[in-house]
Amino acid sequence: MSISIHLQELSCSHDDVALFKALDHRFLPRSVYRVAGDNGAGKTTLLRTLAGLFHGTIGSIQWLSQGTDDSSTRLHVSEQRSNLLYIGHKGGIKLGLTPLENLRWLTEYEVADIPLMEALDRVGLFGYEFIPAAKLSAGQKRRVALARLYVSKHPVWLLDEPLTALDKVAVETLTELFQSEAASGRLIILTTHQPLEIDELVTVDLEYASCD
Amino acid sequence: MRLSMLAKRDFTLYWRNKSDVSNALIFFVVAVSFFPLGVSPEASVLGPISIGLIWIVALLSVQLGLDSLFRDDYEDGSLEQLALSETPLALIVLVRLLVYWCCVGLPLSLFSPLLGLMLSMPAEAYSTLILSITLGTLYLTAVGAVGAALTVSLKRGGMLLSLIVMPLYTPILIFGSSSVSFAADGLDADGLLLVVFGLTVLSVSLAPLAISASLRMSLENG
Repeated sequence: MSISIHLQELSCSHDDVALFKALDHRFLPRSVYRVAGDNGAGKTTLLRTLAGLFHGTIGSIQWLSQGTDDSSTRLHVSEQRSNLLYIGHKGGIKLGLTPLENLRWLTEYEVADIPLMEALDRVGLFGYEFIPAAKLSAGQKRRVALARLYVSKHPVWLLDEPLTALDKVAVETLTELFQSEAASGRLIILTTHQPLEIDELVTVDLEYASCD
Repeated sequence: MRLSMLAKRDFTLYWRNKSDVSNALIFFVVAVSFFPLGVSPEASVLGPISIGLIWIVALLSVQLGLDSLFRDDYEDGSLEQLALSETPLALIVLVRLLVYWCCVGLPLSLFSPLLGLMLSMPAEAYSTLILSITLGTLYLTAVGAVGAALTVSLKRGGMLLSLIVMPLYTPILIFGSSSVSFAADGLDADGLLLVVFGLTVLSVSLAPLAISASLRMSLENG
């Protein structure tokens, strides 16, 4: 299933402060979108809005699912949730659990242990599966959160600053993953301040709302 | 999400971080055992007030750990992952409430007869005491968790939490402690216990809905 997200005249405000100007955009599958903007421009708020965690918005957001015969149907909130993988800048890692235990619940206990171990291996955490997450470094915790990407079946990925605290090799591996996953039909929307070497990268600029 | 696995996860987290829940039990035992020292060790003085005393301290003990019920999840971002799950958040919350009650409420009710003995509580009241504390702590957990969910995004929500939920604790305190008093006086406590049971069923079935709505509201802030 391929899913696109259409925004019409979307503007957000946080505590009565307007964040970005009315945004019209079509996020289409098979692409990587990078939401760009200065600090405080509302990148995280936009991603949380798309994920359905924030509702202080004006304008409309439509999730459309394209069928095989070019027809598209609008998705309800519960369908949006089941098609969405959201990784916020707080990764949701419980410090009292091991990386493997964390991955088990983050994947809602629907993925077997062997694929999860392989995912941890791919993010470079081989040998750390059974160590409490509290003992891992910031970058390693980030890697645990990102290991979900390797077992994800969700057509839409919303990633808030996925590359922070990662080393150069990890950033390259992830960039390749984004590129190949987008090519296979996923819609990936992310924020980052690091340069990304992806061919089909579309940048969405958030401009400040004028204060009049 | 398989809810049994989620319950196992919550138990594991409490087991690895025992201070979260053992605090309540230690507070319960210590606070009650101060009364013979501070008031009087005489059975004639302690006996009549023992029931209300155990009930009040049990109420405060449950309240003690409630502030952290959703706070860790909110701060490490796992709450937003739970909120984005296909499983209704109210069910996930219900699991959390039951786990918290198993770790805090049940030990309190198991220890209460021991403390009753220490305060020379009338012997006829023990079974009613255990039953009413068991049900009462479940009510306190469910109602208190609504307040915890409302204040989870505040840095220092403890004070506000108490202000919100303490008035809602009064019915269960009144019916719970008077059911034990009735039993101690040799009267039939079944009616009052049924009221306690009804309040508990009502709170456990409705509170998860209020809690999940409050949590989603708190998540809007960040």
